[in-house]
Amino acid sequence: MRHFVKYSCATAACLLTVGLAVSGCGSSSSSSGSTVGVTATSVTIGSHTPLTGPAAPGYSEIDPAAAAYFKYINSQGGIYGRKINLIYKDDMYNPAETVTVTKELVLQDKIFAMYAGLGTPTHTKVVAYLNAEHVPDLFVASGCPCWDNGTTQPWTFGWQPSYQIEGKILGQYIAQHFAGKKVGVFYQDDDFGQGGLAGLKEEVPASAIVSTQPYQPGTTTVAPQITAIKSAGAQVLVDFTTPIYTALERLTSFTLGYKAQLVIGNVGIDPTTVGALLASYSKGKASTALIEGAISDDYLPSPTDTSNSWIALFKKVHDQYEASAPFDGNTVYGMAQAYTFAEALMKAGKNPTRQGIVNAVESGLPPGPGLVPFRYTKTEHGGYGGVAMTTINKNGQIVFIGPPLVTNPGSGPITQYTTAQATAPANGLP
Amino acid sequence: MSVGAKPRQPPAQPTAGTGAAPPPWWRRPRLPQQTLARSILLALVFGVVLYIVSELFGPFNDLRLATGAYYFAALAGLTIVTGLNGQISLGHGALMMVGAYTTALLIGREGWALAPALVASALTTGAVGALLGGVAARLRGPYLAGATLAFAVGLPALAYQYPNTFGGANGLEINPPTPPSALGANFPLERWQAWIACFGALIVYVLLANLLHGRSGRAFRAVRDDEVAAQIAGLNVGRTQVAAFVVSAACAGLGGGLLAMVDSLAAPGAFTLTLSLALITGVVVGGLGSLAGAVWGAIVLVMLPVWTGDIAGAFSLPTQIQSNLPLILYGLILIGVIVAVPEGIQGALRAGASAAERRLGGRGHKLASENLTNAAQKEG
Amino acid sequence: MSRFLDLTLNGVSTGMIYASVALALVLIWRATRIVNFAQGGMLMVTTFVALAVINKTGSYWLGFFVALASGLIFGALVERVLIRRVEGGPPLNAVIATLALLILLQGAAGAIWSATPRSFPPPFSIRGYVINGHRVLFSPNDLFTVIAVLGVALGLFGLFKRTDVGLRMRASAFAPGIARLEGVRVGRMLTFGWALAAMAGSLAGVLVAPAVFVGPNNFDPLLVFGFTAAVIGGLDSPLGAIVGGLILGLCLSYVSGYLGSALVTLGALVILIAVLMARPSGLFTSTRTRSV
Repeated sequence: MRHFVKYSCATAACLLTVGLAVSGCGSSSSSSGSTVGVTATSVTIGSHTPLTGPAAPGYSEIDPAAAAYFKYINSQGGIYGRKINLIYKDDMYNPAETVTVTKELVLQDKIFAMYAGLGTPTHTKVVAYLNAEHVPDLFVASGCPCWDNGTTQPWTFGWQPSYQIEGKILGQYIAQHFAGKKVGVFYQDDDFGQGGLAGLKEEVPASAIVSTQPYQPGTTTVAPQITAIKSAGAQVLVDFTTPIYTALERLTSFTLGYKAQLVIGNVGIDPTTVGALLASYSKGKASTALIEGAISDDYLPSPTDTSNSWIALFKKVHDQYEASAPFDGNTVYGMAQAYTFAEALMKAGKNPTRQGIVNAVESGLPPGPGLVPFRYTKTEHGGYGGVAMTTINKNGQIVFIGPPLVTNPGSGPITQYTTAQATAPANGLP
Repeated sequence: MSVGAKPRQPPAQPTAGTGAAPPPWWRRPRLPQQTLARSILLALVFGVVLYIVSELFGPFNDLRLATGAYYFAALAGLTIVTGLNGQISLGHGALMMVGAYTTALLIGREGWALAPALVASALTTGAVGALLGGVAARLRGPYLAGATLAFAVGLPALAYQYPNTFGGANGLEINPPTPPSALGANFPLERWQAWIACFGALIVYVLLANLLHGRSGRAFRAVRDDEVAAQIAGLNVGRTQVAAFVVSAACAGLGGGLLAMVDSLAAPGAFTLTLSLALITGVVVGGLGSLAGAVWGAIVLVMLPVWTGDIAGAFSLPTQIQSNLPLILYGLILIGVIVAVPEGIQGALRAGASAAERRLGGRGHKLASENLTNAAQKEG
Repeated sequence: MSRFLDLTLNGVSTGMIYASVALALVLIWRATRIVNFAQGGMLMVTTFVALAVINKTGSYWLGFFVALASGLIFGALVERVLIRRVEGGPPLNAVIATLALLILLQGAAGAIWSATPRSFPPPFSIRGYVINGHRVLFSPNDLFTVIAVLGVALGLFGLFKRTDVGLRMRASAFAPGIARLEGVRVGRMLTFGWALAAMAGSLAGVLVAPAVFVGPNNFDPLLVFGFTAAVIGGLDSPLGAIVGGLILGLCLSYVSGYLGSALVTLGALVILIAVLMARPSGLFTSTRTRSV
């Protein structure tokens, strides 16, 4: 019996060796050399995102949309003759898995830069590593203000407006248009919801907020939280929710007969997604009837606005490269982000290096499809600096009800941004 | 062959007066008979093998090696309580979580060094294991499974409920251990982490090997096989079961602490029910009740997702199918393994080696009875 | 006070959902002494099938019927193809087999239908009833759910206690050798048990789908709470599944409402431990016990 222990373990060690060899062992070179991932004809970038698991809905559409946009750019000649090759890996929203796939991308796949790493609990675990290894960490797909620190994290850049910025601007709208009304907040119990709430509190007086109810993502019923908000008599209901939980809240409120003025954050409003979830309850009326009249915000053009040059471009790319995927807010997000990367790569010049692309972003990028400018300087790595107010009309479409507003995540003022959105280039190249 | 049975008389030898023939070459003992010496020697051998492996394949595979090492620590503990002691636990992922958070808090907040933090994690998780074991001792079968499953799902709630202490959804980060300067300026961090993790795994191996072959191991097995008989023989069933839980929890806690060191994090998203279910899968597929089984289980847990990912990557399919193909393959392979090899990989190897031995032995009764004699003399 | 009423009603509706999953688990346990970890995945697949039928034909009840029928077939198929091969072996092997099946089903569902969650129509209105001029958190659809689950529980109870088939099923599970001697087709009874359980699971799936939406991972919490409810009530007892589901649903609703949604899973653990400490085999254990 003892011999089996010895033999088996030795065999185990041999098989482990073979297994590692079979699965593609990388060389032991360190990631020095700032043109890693760049060849004469290609640039390789990597991303981590939840493709499977409970966090996959919605988010799993973003990287494929970006990949489709890169394919389109590549078909138009690429950037300085180089094709952009995006490798995205599934981390199932598990931070331990994020660490593994990030190291795999850096050490084995030899990416030039990390692109659009998704999620706060996941990406925060690899920021230190990427900065220590001097890998550009571009356009993190999360609204945490923690990416916005050019001093301590010089290689990391955010992209979307932070949750605080969004909450602040929504809060100003509430304070101006619903003064004196009681406000209830239903929010996700992580940095997404907590950030929005913190921004809201900057502008809405504390006496007006009568109930704040967090929910755990993964819960199957939100009735305990909605009944609390209803009991508190809130006349304005603010949702910092993902689309599934927006829909759940709407259904619960409908059952309860609870009516309030809705204010829904950008992440949770996408009418295509929320409408699809509510479709079975509408019985002849528009599937977005339950979110009609909701106030929201956006920093990109609406996916249903086909008269917009950017949406027309994205739709063309979508229909050509990923026609079976939905065309919704996540698709527009993914493609807009891809466009920003293309801008950065172009600005990095004919011979891009890792330090070079970081310098390019820090020198500022045009907003592209965005309605507001980027906040990219040597010290600010924040991404889009604001949003414009929107509402949902009776056809379930997003319509803008105010000008783009910009601010910083702290207590700075909110100002208007008056430069119009640029027109999309026909070939998709910046 | 039970302990204490009288050895059978060997049949009459063809030549008189020479006594029993010596055992064939593959049965001659090569290692020290005492468990402690043997396990330390084997640990040294494995250590050398692991060192060579860590040097050969580059930093990313060092990360895989480190991952396998911390899985081994948790799996070895789980196989003690579930395989040896017969108590099914679906909650060992939560025990790893206790170890990881203890390590992260001690290193990050209190500034402890790594080694004392890991020891403290093992001890703390052992204490939690005592609580869990106290509850578990009264439960059997699916009721124990349900209780441990609820534990696995419920414990992460503490991270969300006390965000100031535990960091909420984002969890805690810790700085990775820096390799000593004696190894050179460019020594890969992942290799250093792999060495630390493998060292921890080897310590777990030595400790558990001694436990397995010693009195405690026999007590655990006795309680598993027949509680009434064990009680008659003088064992305190409840205390034995709690002891098994404490040991396995300490191992899981050490595994969790090593996870925190390797991944530089302690976050609830890394300790979902999926982890607990993966651990039980690992011990069963590897071979329940043996440390070699825990090694196989660790290899399966680390490499099977890699292989299914590689196979899926070889195709070029629409994203929706491509991203789910690894899961489909994983499920199919696991079903295939458990159906084809019900006693686990180690069990199958053992059975295969016995079959090979019988074939090589070939001389029929004489050799068989010699084997019995030798075995009896060893046991007695 | 009205909030307490709403929380109670919410607890009853969610509790009935947990009870319906628990019933399926109880059925399989009684029939084959296996805990079916793939139950959540199986009912997810049959719900997707029902949704496809509903979208194509526009008829809810046709989809409902198809869900139950496909559950029957699916359960029988799983038992014959997979469970048959791990039934006789170590009990943990069946656990691993069903876990692997769950992963396989989630991957297949994601590949076929994608991760985007879909809307599932409710058969009745979800607008709450009005009591004393006040709308409460209980709708005709919730009432239908309660009645349907109670109906299934009573049906199973009657099946086991009063019919010949039920007796044969119980015999096949507890004493297959003797049952065979008495002429019971043990294999067929095991298949029938799984088919029936999967059908009960499919019912749970269509009942809960309007509230949780349909996606590969949307039914995962159901398995956890359904299993907890089954354990609380006693894995041998359909009545226990109902009581366990109700207790769990109510307690979790109060925990979420008064203590916060972060503590719900911890609350489930506390309730479970409290019950098991008092009664280690659940609230309604059958008289026959299996071990010391």
